[in-house]
Amino acid sequence: MSILDSKIPDGPLADKWTKHKNEINLVNPANKRLIDIIVVGTGLAGGSAAATLAELGYNVKSFCFQDSPRRAHSIAAQGGINAAKNYQGDGDSTYRLFYDTVKGGDYRSREANVYRLAEVSTNIIDQCVAQGVPFAREYGGLLDNRSFGGVLVSRTFYAKGQTGQQLLLGAYAAMNRQIGRGKIKMYTRHEMLDVVVVDGKARGIIARNLVTGEIERHSAHAVVLGSGGYGNAFYLSTYAMGSNVTAAWKAHKRGAFFANPCYTQIHPTCIPVSGDHQSKLTLMSESLRNDGRIWVPKHKKDVEAIRNGSLKPTEIAEEDRDYYLERRYPAFGNLVPRDVASRAAKERCDAGYGVNKTGEAVYLDFASAIERYGKEQAYVKGLDPDDKKVVTELGKKVVENKYGNLFQMYEKIVDQNPYETPMMIYPAVHYTMGGLWVDYNLMTTVPGLYAIGEANFSDHGANRLGASALMQGLADGYFVLPYTIGDYLAHDIRTGPIPTDTKEFDEAENNVRAQIDKLINNKGSKTVDYFHKKLGKIMWNKCGMARNEQGLKEAIKEIAELREEFYKDVMVPGTENEYNEELAKAGRVADFLELGELFAKDALEREESAGGHFREEYQTEAGEALRRPEYQYVSAWEYKGKPSEAVHHKEPLEYENIEVKERSYK
Amino acid sequence: MMNLTLKIWRQKNADDKGKIVDYPVSGISPDMSFLEMLDVLNQELIEKGEEPVAFDHDCREGICGTCSLYINGRAHGPQTHITACQLHMRSFNDGDTIYIEPWRANAFPVIKDLIVDRSAFDRIQQAGGFISVNTSGNTQDANAIPIEKEHADKAFDAATCIGCGACVASCKNSSAMLFVSAKVSQFALLPQGQVEATDRVLNMVKQMDAEGFGNCTNTGACEVECPKGISLENIARMNREYLAASLKG
Repeated sequence: MSILDSKIPDGPLADKWTKHKNEINLVNPANKRLIDIIVVGTGLAGGSAAATLAELGYNVKSFCFQDSPRRAHSIAAQGGINAAKNYQGDGDSTYRLFYDTVKGGDYRSREANVYRLAEVSTNIIDQCVAQGVPFAREYGGLLDNRSFGGVLVSRTFYAKGQTGQQLLLGAYAAMNRQIGRGKIKMYTRHEMLDVVVVDGKARGIIARNLVTGEIERHSAHAVVLGSGGYGNAFYLSTYAMGSNVTAAWKAHKRGAFFANPCYTQIHPTCIPVSGDHQSKLTLMSESLRNDGRIWVPKHKKDVEAIRNGSLKPTEIAEEDRDYYLERRYPAFGNLVPRDVASRAAKERCDAGYGVNKTGEAVYLDFASAIERYGKEQAYVKGLDPDDKKVVTELGKKVVENKYGNLFQMYEKIVDQNPYETPMMIYPAVHYTMGGLWVDYNLMTTVPGLYAIGEANFSDHGANRLGASALMQGLADGYFVLPYTIGDYLAHDIRTGPIPTDTKEFDEAENNVRAQIDKLINNKGSKTVDYFHKKLGKIMWNKCGMARNEQGLKEAIKEIAELREEFYKDVMVPGTENEYNEELAKAGRVADFLELGELFAKDALEREESAGGHFREEYQTEAGEALRRPEYQYVSAWEYKGKPSEAVHHKEPLEYENIEVKERSYK
Repeated sequence: MMNLTLKIWRQKNADDKGKIVDYPVSGISPDMSFLEMLDVLNQELIEKGEEPVAFDHDCREGICGTCSLYINGRAHGPQTHITACQLHMRSFNDGDTIYIEPWRANAFPVIKDLIVDRSAFDRIQQAGGFISVNTSGNTQDANAIPIEKEHADKAFDAATCIGCGACVASCKNSSAMLFVSAKVSQFALLPQGQVEATDRVLNMVKQMDAEGFGNCTNTGACEVECPKGISLENIARMNREYLAASLKG
């Protein structure tokens, strides 16, 4: 019997959540006023949770490292949010969203959690519209939908290419209402640096005020982490510069198991790396694959000509192009899931068909879409559908209306006009499916410590489908945690305020101060970025889109050595009592240097390929991921002093409502 | 590759007087973003044992609204409709001198170097930038109220404000009217926003004034420098909303 108790309620899948809500403990409104909750992070998960908990009557303290809660990186999510509304009448249902998500996750997620996610998805859209989120609408005034990868229905709600922004501003507005009422106390430019555990329960945090450098103690009856994913371990990613694993990692060190760290999403459509100076990568939304077609030249001579500038992609004839996704996956075509699309791009580029100077880019082409939309518009407007100029103009307008901001972003970065020439794209690190292990109530293995949104591991298995991150963040924050946390807090109504002048807070604060002193006084010779970039290279080359035993063993060794070098030779300028970005960065990179090793260790242990985790040793003859039934479990790692000593626990995954079979998109 | 002279505002903290300091940088590629060019400078400064230049930044893709640089006398630099993080060095020439300053406004005090405190914006939103609807799972179906596409699209356009503060920095009066009117307009254009319309505009404007932002004299500088192209039309709409609300009392 595993020591991990997922606390999945009994009964039929479709009734579990309702039954659970009916049976768990509640806290009466008067008692909620006696209870404090800390929420770390103000993205879709943390922001929506903070607002909802405050509405319910709890006293919430909310923390973010940014200068305003509105700037959390959920803001950058582009394409959309899934919900099983079936407004299009195309056969969608809660079950189908559940099925697509479990299959998309390569049968490595928990059935009950995913079903609940699909179930509350419709509430999210209702809630957001009520908040004034301006989703895209059709001319009849009803909500519009589009399609995302790995599904055969249109269930994605969107607001141009800025869906994350609009949803986050909705949650931010809900928070603002509660801040104005005094129910949320907001701490901006604050970074959580430790969790305080008292008598086995999470009872507070240690945070650093990033402006003054002050170390602060904050107590609460429960602590919720909505601190996002850890993709910046790769240095280059689509994450924000400040995104980090520190909150989750400190929680891990205090007893929270870390689940499936190796499950990372490498998104197929990002703007390729242009040089060594690069500090981050920019995503081009998956929604573009609704209309964009991905291809590389069929012939090596054309590849050469493109690279040396003597041939333009628009000059290559249709029959000389390899639309490799349409060729390999006729059923889903350009809308295969992200892991599949990324590997296929890598396969073509590795075979020598990459279309930029580095050989690491493929085309995403809108010419057919512009023509198709243009013709439609020409008919609607009574113009000549065979007049190429008219059709192109009309078509460009439609495409601009759908994806204008993305095209503009692309043009600003690459200095090419994607209306005229195909975009160049390549996969980049985008999301982490792994995260803190949580039970059905979203509680970690530390009682009273919860993890929501990308910070937990629970819903996406080994690969996340597009437009599901926003869904999960808001589901956790608006509709799941606010219920389940009551079950735990019902036992705390007589506890009273948690004091901060205790030995546990002393110990945690001293721990934080010691680390800061060490970094500031190290006076080495290399900058924090030097180490971060080096770690990123190891991660990308050995823990990236394809992994193998030898590479992973090397990665484990190299990361451990790099960590040692970091503590010997890192240089952090300035002092601890002021605004000091290098100091904050140093702390985050120190944690990435530990997480990175656990990541590689987890990838080495998982001797199969599943979703975003592709082990070269385990693939089908056609080069597809080969899952192995003996690995049908969640890996949850327990911290024991250092990553190499981490103890492996397994939570077996059982599928009672869905048949586990080969994941095919052909 | 380019060689540049940077003239950067350095200010230790809010109490320090601050001054412009010259920094030469070399080997700058035109494909670098403006912030990556500053990264290069900072790495050099750290290696020389000097303090790096503090500037705000996070998403580096033009959506979080964190970056806030006044470059050669313009908020977010010489290009229109982008943020400083989307600005690339191909917009400059070898040998250029570039002035880099923080947003200047009484309501945005400097924290350090190029970083300012924009929490006044948050407080304005807290005064009324929301629709009071609790999370319950029992709100009505999202399609229960059809919304004319034109209104929905205009509400969206207003809602794309990233709260960076370029409008305030560009305004000779340091007025926050464009920022505040974007939120007021978003809700004024949607049926869901009607119920609290009166209180919303009165409370947000009151807070805006209390924070020390200046008045609007319709010069339109804010619209020109807004990275998201938020329209002046929103200010006109807010003025109408405000007048109507004032008459209602």
